[in-house]
Amino acid sequence: MNGLTFDIAHLLAGGLVLVSFMMLYQDRLYSLLNMFALHSLVLTLSVAWQAYVQQAPHLYVTATIALVFKAIIIPVALHRMIRRLGIHREIETVVGIGPTMFAGMALVALSMVVMLRVTQAADPLAREDLAFALSVVLLGLLVMVTRRNAVSQIVGFMSLENGLVLAATGAKGMPLVVEISVAFSILIAFIVIGVFLFRIRERFDTVDVRALDDFKGKRRR
Amino acid sequence: MNPLAFSPVTGVLLIPASAAVLLALLPSYRMSARLNVFASLLTFITALLLLVTERPQPGRYLLVDDLNIVFIVLNTFVGFTTSVFSASYIGHELETGRLTPANLRFYHAMYQIMMFGMNLAFVSNNIGLMWVAVELATLTTVLMVGIYRTHEALEAAWKYFILGSVGIAFALFGTILVYMAAQPVVGEGYDAMAWTLLIQHAVAFDPALLNVAFVFLLLGYGTKVGLAPLHAWLPDAHAEGPTPISAVLSGLLLNVALYAVLRFKILIAASPEAIAPGPLMVTMGLTSLIFAAFMLYRRRDIKRMFAYSSIEHMGIIVFAFGMGGPLANFAGLLHMVMHSLTKSAIFYAVGHIAQIKGTQRLSSIRGLTESHPGLGWGLVIGVIAIAGLPPLGIFMSEFLVVSSTFARQPLLAILLVLGLLIAFGALLLRLTGVAFGQPRGSTAPVEASYLPMYSHLALVFGGGVYLPPPLVAWFQHIAQLLG
Repeated sequence: MNGLTFDIAHLLAGGLVLVSFMMLYQDRLYSLLNMFALHSLVLTLSVAWQAYVQQAPHLYVTATIALVFKAIIIPVALHRMIRRLGIHREIETVVGIGPTMFAGMALVALSMVVMLRVTQAADPLAREDLAFALSVVLLGLLVMVTRRNAVSQIVGFMSLENGLVLAATGAKGMPLVVEISVAFSILIAFIVIGVFLFRIRERFDTVDVRALDDFKGKRRR
Repeated sequence: MNPLAFSPVTGVLLIPASAAVLLALLPSYRMSARLNVFASLLTFITALLLLVTERPQPGRYLLVDDLNIVFIVLNTFVGFTTSVFSASYIGHELETGRLTPANLRFYHAMYQIMMFGMNLAFVSNNIGLMWVAVELATLTTVLMVGIYRTHEALEAAWKYFILGSVGIAFALFGTILVYMAAQPVVGEGYDAMAWTLLIQHAVAFDPALLNVAFVFLLLGYGTKVGLAPLHAWLPDAHAEGPTPISAVLSGLLLNVALYAVLRFKILIAASPEAIAPGPLMVTMGLTSLIFAAFMLYRRRDIKRMFAYSSIEHMGIIVFAFGMGGPLANFAGLLHMVMHSLTKSAIFYAVGHIAQIKGTQRLSSIRGLTESHPGLGWGLVIGVIAIAGLPPLGIFMSEFLVVSSTFARQPLLAILLVLGLLIAFGALLLRLTGVAFGQPRGSTAPVEASYLPMYSHLALVFGGGVYLPPPLVAWFQHIAQLLG
């Protein structure tokens, strides 16, 4: 394989991990959303590059979906939702930023150790891609568990899905079925979440998940 | 072969799918409740046809073999009886105003989409397609759990959604890893995702990759099976959703995820150098069993209690399949079937009980056998069955699990028996309070449909007393396949 193509793929996948890290320390919803848009943009570039390298035109479709849907439509929609709900204040985190960053580093180290060791026989491009993808997935999980706010949990979940798309495109020749399904599932996920948000708003006038937790264990029916 | 020609395989998919469309369009709830029952019955009959007709060759997407027929028939049967129960349950919800007609339209359409998703997961011959189907079934249940829109229901649905999607993400990652392991051997594209081809070539797959893949798949689909420590969504989802959904969650959706785990277990076991999947499953199963058994004591909500009992039984089933070998696999299969039938029967009873009493609190439900003999005794039989007393079916399967474990790993068997006894105590303790004594709360007569509940209980009783030889031979054959 040409050294340059490999380096670019590496750069883009690594960039995705970096943006995941940047999402970890955002303390405002708007900036978190901007980071997510950037995350999806980097994903788009990465997928497009894979499409070019693997000469798999169907991957361009995946890239387009990532660009239009995840880098533009969802962030804009969530922006509007946040403004309408009036919750553009600081995000309350469960854990401080310092420990979160350390945990993030530990997760990335873990995924490198695990994936690079077990994929020695695999194609080097796919191999590194997979290691990065697992890091992005785990960092997305970390975003989800360290935030109390429902919108930021959604963003964490979507960045996790971005990691999955990265993994799926890295696996050479993986049938289109899966890419469509991934995109589709994000769509469904968004609808579901949207429904949730509106219902939650109907009831609580807030999208802070802690408001939900307060009802735990107090059953009155 | 023309793939569009009608066959039972496409039937079990097309009937629920088209019924869902119809139900979404029909405004009248009485009509749609009937149509729901009718479509479910039709699907069940089609599934039975699978037993007698010649099986199609495994295609690129669909596959019928001995293993999944059992799951499909069970799935469509419980789906049918639940739709009968749901028809009588949902009318009451409408009267009390907990649901609106618009809600119901949505509910019925979702019910059929869920059936479609589950059937698709069973018949798919493609690991990617199966993942999509499991996810579809999960999302529909998330929506139905949240249908009451109360604080608790929303919290439960949210928790279910978040944990479920983390699980599904892990499962997809594991699926991708399996593809990566298969791709150098089987070749690129669809072939490297087809079960039939994967099994044939599993020997040559990279074992290290398969190991990691299985860990992800077990965690991912294990979340949906409700294995501790990934079970947190399950009690809430069972307690807050409509009771028919609790019944299908426990009786069916957990089985779908279990089926996925089993398929991948066969795959990993076919590769000689990969880790043995058994010990992982045994550990998770045993943890779930013992954990859930202790949790049963502290429950105050009747649906929540039976949700924990589902965790306990899924633990036993996963334990049995983890032990492996013809006898333990046989016991696991039998236990799965018996648990699905019993647990859904219990939820049918509990659904009506909660409607009469207007509460799910255990302390407010007393003396049911006196005030409502039909429901009360049904619940008593159900709980006796689920606690594992003879002569009902679960006693038999639990006995087989325990005895096959004693023969091979006495130490594990002691832990297993301990867990079973602890759960047994908790269930009987609660049962005496609920079923006997002075009736408390509303004693209004009930318009319940007893048929679904008692037909399940009759089957469970039949299974405990006499298993027909063809069924035994069938299960033994599958047990061999499971390795």
